Amino acid sequence: MNINNILTEIEKVDPEVYERLDGRRSAMKEFMRMSGKIALAAVPFALGGMFKKAYGQTSTGIAGVLNYALTLEYLEAEFYTNGAAAPNLVPAGTPAVGAINTIRDHEKAHVEFLKKALMSLNAVAVNKPTFDFTAGGAFGNVFTNYDTFLAVAQTFEDTGVRAYKGRAGELISNNDVLTAALQIHSVEARHASHIRQMRKARGANLKPWITGNDTGGIGAAVQASYNGEEVTTQAGVNIAGFVSANAASESFDEPLTADQVLAIVKPFIKS
Amino acid sequence: MAKQAFHLQDAAPEQDTRANLMHRRKFLAGIGLGVTATAVIAACKKDKDNGNMQPPGSIDLGTGDIGILNYAYALEQLEAAFYTQVALTPYSGATAAEISLLTDIRDHEVAHREFFKTALGAKAIQKLEVNFAAIDFSKRDSVLATAKAFEDLGVSAYNGAGKLLVDANYLLLAGKIVSVEARHAALIRDLISNGTFADNTVIDANGLDLAYEPSKVLDTAKGFLKSQLWGGNLPTS
Repeated sequence: MNINNILTEIEKVDPEVYERLDGRRSAMKEFMRMSGKIALAAVPFALGGMFKKAYGQTSTGIAGVLNYALTLEYLEAEFYTNGAAAPNLVPAGTPAVGAINTIRDHEKAHVEFLKKALMSLNAVAVNKPTFDFTAGGAFGNVFTNYDTFLAVAQTFEDTGVRAYKGRAGELISNNDVLTAALQIHSVEARHASHIRQMRKARGANLKPWITGNDTGGIGAAVQASYNGEEVTTQAGVNIAGFVSANAASESFDEPLTADQVLAIVKPFIKS
Repeated sequence: MAKQAFHLQDAAPEQDTRANLMHRRKFLAGIGLGVTATAVIAACKKDKDNGNMQPPGSIDLGTGDIGILNYAYALEQLEAAFYTQVALTPYSGATAAEISLLTDIRDHEVAHREFFKTALGAKAIQKLEVNFAAIDFSKRDSVLATAKAFEDLGVSAYNGAGKLLVDANYLLLAGKIVSVEARHAALIRDLISNGTFADNTVIDANGLDLAYEPSKVLDTAKGFLKSQLWGGNLPTS
């Protein structure tokens, strides 16, 4: 194993590798010092330590968030792909066809974009899980009943908005990645708004924004996606002092933690 | 090398003209005095800042995170004033459903405005004077076109300003608001033409929404404001 060759190879794909370490000379010196002392079997660990130093602090956390986002985008992309392809699901000849195709294309673009972003950070993209959009039978007719399909779509979009929001703070050290995540986040909110209008047109009692922790008539199966949305105080300021409590809750969307989101999507993931 | 640097530094205070700086910059670049050259370029840049002086009578949004929050507060003032007028004098032919939705949006924007005003406290900028002369509040087309412009602008402004914030708590607050603005934007677009909630005038091939720098957003907003805003002290990265 020749450290010099390895570093030269890395330099080809990452010209700034030495800046990530303490410069070429000290990286070599450090490695020689370590490799002089340690057994050959431990060399990979020493190398791993170097890589962690070079990339760990800047990309591991960020890659984790991007892979989390990628998993959610895989879910949405496959959901809309299957929905758009399901016979007689989305009413033919209505604007709904265009809307579902638009959303499907955005979710597919998000998948590709996040994969590219991960690659540019020298991180490995997670594989697409195997999904069960019936959530173990709770939504058994999701691809044969249009209203069920829209209900699940609404939950995915509203959850997606809250999921991105919950982890944007972890991207604050990387301006480009943060901005891209925010740009996806608002697209999910646009989707949520439209899907809610589609449900309203079908008779559901709801608005483009979330009122309290109301699921919009979907019920207990998706309540976890809405819990916490009912807050009316922001950063110690009582918003219900300015407008009604309903408007106060509607005017701010709330974040979800990774654990909360994973619990919500777990029934939809087979493996 | 040390001698030359000493010499130049020594000469600097008495002949600090732009021509001199440029001459020195060239000279220094020629002999590869990287560090000193950088200092001279910085001096030139500082010179340039004279072109970025606050216009008399304008409102300085401020610096750092507080500057960005005041920037958001300014945009929320604009939106709240607009929808307050819309709800007060609905356009002709407005349906009950439209009035209900537009009134909701007014409440949301008022909530955002009052939130920033209260949270910023003494650091908040003053109340802005708007200029809605170009809007015909009696016409649906005029009102919804303006609403669309404001909502898409708001989304792009928050998306573009996120990276300028240092405090993650402020970032989260901005994030809580921007998705509501995006919900508004989608609805307004659908009211104008169903299905345009996220069309390719706002979403690019990567599926990403707009993100604009404050300078671009302020330039667009100024057409609707009597008060003049100045963002020359806002962070840029």
